[in-house]
Amino acid sequence: MPPSSPLNETAAPPDRKSAGTVFATLVDFARRRPLGAVGGAIIVVMVMLAASANLIAPYDPLATDYAAMLAAPSEAHWLGTDAFGRDMLSRMIHGSRTALMVGLGASLLGASLGSLIGVASAYFGGRVDLLVQRVMDVFFAFPVIILALAVVSIIGTGVGNVVLAIATPMVPRCARVVRASALSVREMPYVDAARAAGFGHPRIILRHMLPNVMAPVLIMATAFLGEAILLEASLSFLGLGVTEPTAAWGLMLRGAAVEFAETAPWMAIFPGLAISLAVFGFNLLGDSLRDALDPRLRTQ
Amino acid sequence: MRRVIRLATLATAASFALSAIAQTPRNGGELIFPVPSEPPSYDGHREETFGLIHPIAPFYNTLLRVDPTDISGTRVVPSVASSWTVSSDGKTYTFKLRGGVKFHDGSELTAKDVKASYDKIIFPPPGVGSTRQGQYVAVEAVEAPDATTVVFRLKYASGSLLAGLASPYNFLYKADILAKEPNWYEKNIMGTGPFVFVEHVKGSHVVGKKNPDYWDKGKPHLDSFRAIFMRDSAAQVAAVRGERAHIQFRGFTPKDRDNLKAALGDKITVQESPWDCILMVGFNHEKKPFDDKRVRRALSLALDRHEASKALSQIAIVKAVAGVQVPGTPFATPPEELNKLAGYWTDAEKSRAEARKLLREAGVPDGFSFTFSNRGIPMPYEPLGVWLIDQWRKVGLNVEQRVIEAAGYYGVIRSGDTEAFMDFQCGYIVDPDLDMYKFLSTSRNPANYGRYEDPVLDELYDKQSRTTSVEERKRLVGAFEKRLLEEEAHYLMTLQWHRIIPHSAKVKGWQVTPSHYLNNTLDTVWLSE
Repeated sequence: MPPSSPLNETAAPPDRKSAGTVFATLVDFARRRPLGAVGGAIIVVMVMLAASANLIAPYDPLATDYAAMLAAPSEAHWLGTDAFGRDMLSRMIHGSRTALMVGLGASLLGASLGSLIGVASAYFGGRVDLLVQRVMDVFFAFPVIILALAVVSIIGTGVGNVVLAIATPMVPRCARVVRASALSVREMPYVDAARAAGFGHPRIILRHMLPNVMAPVLIMATAFLGEAILLEASLSFLGLGVTEPTAAWGLMLRGAAVEFAETAPWMAIFPGLAISLAVFGFNLLGDSLRDALDPRLRTQ
Repeated sequence: MRRVIRLATLATAASFALSAIAQTPRNGGELIFPVPSEPPSYDGHREETFGLIHPIAPFYNTLLRVDPTDISGTRVVPSVASSWTVSSDGKTYTFKLRGGVKFHDGSELTAKDVKASYDKIIFPPPGVGSTRQGQYVAVEAVEAPDATTVVFRLKYASGSLLAGLASPYNFLYKADILAKEPNWYEKNIMGTGPFVFVEHVKGSHVVGKKNPDYWDKGKPHLDSFRAIFMRDSAAQVAAVRGERAHIQFRGFTPKDRDNLKAALGDKITVQESPWDCILMVGFNHEKKPFDDKRVRRALSLALDRHEASKALSQIAIVKAVAGVQVPGTPFATPPEELNKLAGYWTDAEKSRAEARKLLREAGVPDGFSFTFSNRGIPMPYEPLGVWLIDQWRKVGLNVEQRVIEAAGYYGVIRSGDTEAFMDFQCGYIVDPDLDMYKFLSTSRNPANYGRYEDPVLDELYDKQSRTTSVEERKRLVGAFEKRLLEEEAHYLMTLQWHRIIPHSAKVKGWQVTPSHYLNNTLDTVWLSE
């Protein structure tokens, strides 16, 4: 038996307590916000599918089988096959990976850049703030999908470019919300103290202000995720997003899925359901997080 | 017994008579057809889109034409010319014009008008556009010795001159108008065709009415035609399905055909033909490893064209396995010969084993990645792109597709910022000169984006172009094809497009051909009710 030490004795209980607390928090969240819990469960399933796609997908999502073109759902192909004989279930599972990759990538990029711009704009104020906000107004003038279309038509298609195209319209929206929070944080004594201590602008913005506006950023990022998945699907459906033969839900809805909608409806129904479910899940979770983190709602 | 024989004879005679009546053209009616694209201008000499041909060709005649009843779309017959003779050295073509051909303003067409039109096409003055000027490089001069005779003098004998003179784009214009304003026909319409221009409402339609003074007596059969501009293919199909349009002359997909047939049954007639269009994969010869012909040949060997012909023809507008000529046309290599070329073997496994071997020899590692650039047009670029990538994966290659928006595609291809890329070749008449010009060395044809020089290939082209012996020309076309697709594998062919025209059964007198630029004069077309 290994000798016990004070460190071991004191370290173990907090771990158990923290795990217990996290679980209890989750249970409490589920009890208070059942819809949010449903959203969270959908996302967990989606993440698990994406993570284990290589293990659980019954077929290679890119492998064609011309003998099984447009096959209806059966024991061999649970969700049928597409116009190239590719297994729909396998492509759906791998498609969740693309959706999450693009969604998370675009949300993180949009939220990070937007937060940075918003905090910096609020911190510097004056002409800098005026200029940055007018630039943001220009971006606001365009509907989200139009701006994403414009970006992707300039830089081209592909996963990386789609992430950038979707993140672009998210930047000004995040920047505007974060700026509003950052304006009040800027007046806090600890920011004055940091300035008095002679810290540089980057340090004050990144170390002292940014962490204190993370609540709205978190809510926005979660809400963005659902929107990003929908945008990715829209761009791919229009032929401007992810390119064949990558498995992606929006792409699966395009081309033959439209042409064969009457005779092979499974080609459109299942990817459509997956997109709806994912967006629904992220929206439910985002709304519940907003309610949970909003101090006004919390006190009610 | 005698009575039975008499009755049978009577019945046979009656059926022949009825069939003759059924095939007798009926006069009257308006043909309505959607056109997926609008003419950029009205000048056939400068444009190269079916968007011009479909609504505008009925207003004009050409010197020669392709026989409207010939399914191969290769038999050249007289139009405004009534006959022609060729000198013994093959360098002088003399055409006699038929009399009584009148422009829509009432003036008579003479040799002067034909000469002025061809001078504009072959020797355009500065500031006048002529897209097909390069197809008449053999022509030294066009002469009009009298009002009914036109002479084409050539620098050397050409096997393709007659096909070139049957181009549906070579509208005959009035010399006096061209003399005053060479670009007048860009914005105005005035020809000798079977229909007279009524109106063009931009974005909506073009209407033409019957020319009562048409030189070919008894034609046209229709009172008028209405070409409706409709970009969306679903709307075009819906128009035919709802019997609001009779025909769309470019073509529908196999699924559209099946849907129309299922919905309208006997009210729909389907005509199909190999299409003189093909998508092929080009390789940037300036980029490694595509400068190595073993790699290019391996990429062709990886394709199972025979399986694809069966499978892809169910979902896309492609079908026949083809070389450089439309299958079934006079200069096409017969299938049993074509199947001997690398990449055309019927044993796919043997072919792929050879592909892997060649890749190993060329030092290309398993899992080698490259980018395949494809044009952002759904049909048939998209399904063919998916097929190609899948086939290349089967020999251990990892290919990423880069889809470039259609309008910007050729800018990227021209810039050389590609490795392998999709390109296309479409012709208005199946003819070796027209179909193979694309593949000449880049210094001779800048539209060859493969960026290679191949003097042997160029020489084979020139030889076949200058021979007037059909058999010798076939041999040379075969040698050109073998060098292009197997020995050097500069390009690899996918599948020949397949033209599917499901049209109202009321439409008679129209024959599908391999080109969607042919048979749009509408003089022979009639409506049965």
